[in-house]
Amino acid sequence: MALQPERHVLVVFPHPDDEAFGVSGTISTYVNQGTPVTYACLTLGEMGRNLGNPAFATRESLPLVRKKELQAACDAMGVTDLRMMGLRDKTVEFEDDEKMVQMMTNLIEELNPSLIITFYPNYAVHPDHEATARAVVRAVRRLPEERRPKLHGVAFANNTGEGLGEADIVNDIREVREQKIGALRAHISQTAWMLEENEKRLAAGEPEAENWLTFERFFKYRWHEDFEEQF
Amino acid sequence: MEIVQIEKLQQLLNSFANKDVYIHLETTNGAYASHFNEKVFNAGAFIRNIKLQYELGKVTADAPHRVGLKLAHGWVYAQGITHYEIDEQNRLLMAGHDYDGKLAVALEISKTPFTY
Repeated sequence: MALQPERHVLVVFPHPDDEAFGVSGTISTYVNQGTPVTYACLTLGEMGRNLGNPAFATRESLPLVRKKELQAACDAMGVTDLRMMGLRDKTVEFEDDEKMVQMMTNLIEELNPSLIITFYPNYAVHPDHEATARAVVRAVRRLPEERRPKLHGVAFANNTGEGLGEADIVNDIREVREQKIGALRAHISQTAWMLEENEKRLAAGEPEAENWLTFERFFKYRWHEDFEEQF
Repeated sequence: MEIVQIEKLQQLLNSFANKDVYIHLETTNGAYASHFNEKVFNAGAFIRNIKLQYELGKVTADAPHRVGLKLAHGWVYAQGITHYEIDEQNRLLMAGHDYDGKLAVALEISKTPFTY
């Protein structure tokens, strides 16, 4: 499936693997179409809990493992502009809020994206996801309306349906399924358990298992229902 | 990491006693605990690169182990420790891995600061 052409796509997530689950098919599709894609990943997932039993990493060696996985996932998706922003996992919400907005503003000013993909505020579950989403929305809000890039959010909180309804954008990613699986496999320290479960479900013919290798869903940010009055 | 061997771990704890050391201590249910199960009350704590000296460090006999450090004016302890190692930077890393291989608790002791 061809996506509407974009000048530049900026993807912003806090953890290596955040991109793999919900967005790697869409990213791969843009890359394959020749659209420049920048992925800004705020942390290296330093506080990840999946260390295996027997353990394959320690709390101290995990960031190095996940950095390599992140680079491998970018290779799988064809992303050549990966920015590792140097924050620490689980601390993003405690950073200075204005500093976070500036980080996003700097990326936007440098790259001039026509589309930004991040999480949808209040529907992103993990505190780092929420803090990332807030910073991106705030940075975009400061731009005059006619200069704002499109803003597409990933939402997966249990109350997403009640609060946001159906996704505005549903990308059919079947053509790039192998790239998506490649991105997921690249993050094997975090995805091994999930991939194994999914293969069982696929083998059992469960339609839901097929779903996330078929579609990726996004919500257009609703400026008329902004998550805050101002910042 | 290796499964805790009490005598070896006790010796290592002794070797860091009465010296300036940096501590990493965390407990966690994971950020998604109450997303997957809304009845879970999600709590945890994290402290990193706190410099202190302890006068006595002790690992308990029963597994999963408790490790306690007695300070001049206070305490540090962790419950649920299953594994330990001395890493390539001579830091004592202790962790509790749950039945699914997920880290539930970590207590680490180093003579030099941990990374950021």
